[in-house]
Amino acid sequence: MSRFLPALLAGLLAVTACQSTGTVSAAVKKEKDRRPAPDFTLKDAMGRPVKLSDYKGKVVLLNFWATWCGPCKLEIPWFIEFEQTYKDSGFAVLGVSMDEEGWEVVKPYLEKSKINYRVVIGDDITAQQYGGVDSLPTSFMLDREGRIAATHVGLVSKGSYQNDIKALLGTAVSKVAAGVAAPAAAAPAAARPAGAK
Amino acid sequence: MLPLLLLLLPLPGLQAQNSFGSGHVTLETPAPLRVKTGETAPLALRFRLAAGHHTNSNKPTDEFLIPLKLTWDSAALTPLEVIAVEYPAGKLEKYAFSEKPLSVYSGEFIVTTRFKAAADAPKGQKTVNGKLRYQACSDTMCFPPRTLAVQANVVIQ
Repeated sequence: MSRFLPALLAGLLAVTACQSTGTVSAAVKKEKDRRPAPDFTLKDAMGRPVKLSDYKGKVVLLNFWATWCGPCKLEIPWFIEFEQTYKDSGFAVLGVSMDEEGWEVVKPYLEKSKINYRVVIGDDITAQQYGGVDSLPTSFMLDREGRIAATHVGLVSKGSYQNDIKALLGTAVSKVAAGVAAPAAAAPAAARPAGAK
Repeated sequence: MLPLLLLLLPLPGLQAQNSFGSGHVTLETPAPLRVKTGETAPLALRFRLAAGHHTNSNKPTDEFLIPLKLTWDSAALTPLEVIAVEYPAGKLEKYAFSEKPLSVYSGEFIVTTRFKAAADAPKGQKTVNGKLRYQACSDTMCFPPRTLAVQANVVIQ
């Protein structure tokens, strides 16, 4: 037993260290380790249904946030910039607001902050599908096949997101270059979400 | 040897419960409030926030932030009446995620309620129930608004 002790303690210390920071960040997972993102259909500010699986073919930053969440609001200008910079490369941000009051508080915030990506109002069922989303911000980076490639709980750096986006967009680019059709290239226009930028 | 070492380490499961459970704010059990009929008396409730966390004060600096608020179950208060709920001033703290300082509570803070007993109130003990609604954050994340049940005994003399 004693020969396993150092490894056991190291493992416990690593878990404890991760938790004490209050932030969990992960680099992009290997493709074989990615799990499909649970699908959902929620409504946007115009009342139109938004189905996550309609984004298949795009790299998606799925961001759970709320208007009362300070760290979330620090990230939003980054996401606006990402949407603008990478949308033509097959990237989209999808915001899921967890505000209990719904559009009554979210719509004024969208207007104030000039958000250029789609936002839907989340519910408990969707949150449970994504592990409960007990703290905000919580973001998932989805690859073009709709699989969860990275998870960020709590505030992480802008560079971390950027690295994820570039890695996920770059993977597809290199596949195309290697003669393997990437889903984005193969995805028909009809598969794109209505109104997606 | 191993069980001893494990006891010295914080248990991951318990830590997660502290961080994500419902216990960001706790209430120190208050001593019974004594109030004479026809008079008012202050009930001071001492709340404590988990280390590394803060809540918005009762007067947040941003319109979208959720204020901390104590409410009493007025339907069951009779023959008592809430005259005022007094909150401490928030501390202006700057966080990495905010451009401007935020008005917050951290550590311990006291919320005082002034109760008035009706002139014809029967003498004896009464339990009053309330709710503290708050929304807590750490430096890097925020937690959904939560409600803490509050209870105190009032002795009408």
